[in-house]
Amino acid sequence: MNPPDQAVPSRVRIQTGATALPTGATGTTAAPAFQPELVFDARGVSISYGAKQALAAVNLGIRRGEITALIGPSGCGKTTFLRSLNRMNDSVPGFRIEGSVLYHGHELYGGNVDQVEVRRRIGMVFQKPNPFPKSIYDNVAWAPRNLGLRRGLDERVETALRGAALWDEVKDRLKDSALGLSGGQQQRLCIARAIAIEPDVLLLDEPASALDPIATGAIEDLMHSLKGRFTIVIVTHNMQQAARVADRTAFFSLETGGEKPVGTLIEVGDTTQIFSDPRDPRTRDYVTGRFG
Amino acid sequence: MSAPTIPDPSAPLTPSGNLRRRQLVSRAAELVATAAAIAAIAVLAIVIWTVASRGIKTIDLDFVFTGYPTGVGPMLLGTIVISLVATLIAMPIGVLIALFLTEYAGARGVRSMKMVLDLLNGLPSIVLGVFVFALLVDHKQQSAFAGAVALAIIELPLIARGSQEVLLLVPKGLREASDALGVARWRSVVTVILPTALGGIVTATVLAVARAAGETAPLILASSVFDPKSFSVNPFEALPNVPVWIYKLSEEGNPEGFNEAWGMSLLLVSFILFASLGARALLARSKRKLSQ
Repeated sequence: MNPPDQAVPSRVRIQTGATALPTGATGTTAAPAFQPELVFDARGVSISYGAKQALAAVNLGIRRGEITALIGPSGCGKTTFLRSLNRMNDSVPGFRIEGSVLYHGHELYGGNVDQVEVRRRIGMVFQKPNPFPKSIYDNVAWAPRNLGLRRGLDERVETALRGAALWDEVKDRLKDSALGLSGGQQQRLCIARAIAIEPDVLLLDEPASALDPIATGAIEDLMHSLKGRFTIVIVTHNMQQAARVADRTAFFSLETGGEKPVGTLIEVGDTTQIFSDPRDPRTRDYVTGRFG
Repeated sequence: MSAPTIPDPSAPLTPSGNLRRRQLVSRAAELVATAAAIAAIAVLAIVIWTVASRGIKTIDLDFVFTGYPTGVGPMLLGTIVISLVATLIAMPIGVLIALFLTEYAGARGVRSMKMVLDLLNGLPSIVLGVFVFALLVDHKQQSAFAGAVALAIIELPLIARGSQEVLLLVPKGLREASDALGVARWRSVVTVILPTALGGIVTATVLAVARAAGETAPLILASSVFDPKSFSVNPFEALPNVPVWIYKLSEEGNPEGFNEAWGMSLLLVSFILFASLGARALLARSKRKLSQ
């Protein structure tokens, strides 16, 4: 794995071509001796769907055990980037990716990489809660069963539901349909389902955007409790949410470099720095609400 | 002076110019179209009424449960066996074709496969009869199995298209959820997607059986030399069956036989009617459940 260049401050150089240096966005404000371990290291990642380019030359490192938030306006490519981290975009017609995404040093889009194995290690929770039309228990037990983790299934389900802060609410009705839960409970069930197979990384795609403020608070508390055990990447267009939960924040925006606007990574850094002392004027405009 | 082309704004808002004539034409078109729709309903009602009024006096317990000459039990039993064998052949293949269409095929594969199914659906049943005759009967002997193969070909496109329709209603979120858990697609198909769509698949199958149960042409070639007294369920001999027996009785010019033919027709029509109505109710119910 090629560590980021320590001389580069936590500021993104806007890359315009595929020849971008691999070190641009992975800078750090920590002391030069401190070398954070990267789970993902995206280098010059450009993504297009058919003729439409969605994302241009992103360089971004995701650190182990931390929560990284991807923020930015609608259509800026943050979800596209997130979904490229566990290859969920592969099934989208016309999807094409350039550059390189290293996962623990392995090329994620390498020739011998199996999508199913990728997703076994890198779990994902979606914007809209999508529990299976099965019982609460079976929702959590489904993936372990299908992956051959049958031993100690009851404990595994309980641990996952406790981990998702849902156990006390559902322990007496594990056999009831998951579709009878409230939206917030369904989303925590989806998180329990994802952590039941003990992935390495959790990708959360606007997990609270369909929820009311109380359920959102529960999800955010949950993220704090999961931090450390999992590396978490969360997409949100709620800036307060990013400020509350994330260790590091990456700001994406739409840039009109050529003729069509393309999603671009503007700046990445510690969350406090991004919100209190953004280096890039575009980040400042966005986080202070002067965007657009 | 000629009439002004632009109506006088102060004139009363009653039809002017040729509007009255245009309205008459439009009214006539509406009436003819409505009459055509009513005619279709009338045809159905007259057929059912005729069959019911002439068939009802023949039907009693002896008619249903005894053999020739007092009843038609063997024919009913034979038709049940033939339809069952046909469905056992057609259902797995039809569901697999539907899965190919919804889970695996690309856009071109879907287009061409749909066309193939439509062509298959349009094949005249006598052609299928001649086909199974040449394949399974000629130089061998008639068998219920040969008839069932022909009926299976009739059921196949109906089951495949009907199941496909329901599989498409399974929310995309469920497929994404199972993909994101690192479980191979086939396991998701078997444990999540098929169970979710089961109601609709059963419906499509029932409709296909209702359509195939009354097909006569293939059975005249494949299963028409039988003993109307024997209650047999052996599919490897020619089995008595309802459509062929109706055909034979109506050929004979015997008034008693006509009555029997009407009675069997009534049984057949009621089965098809109730199966179709029941299946449609079931389908509506499972569609409602899926779209929640």
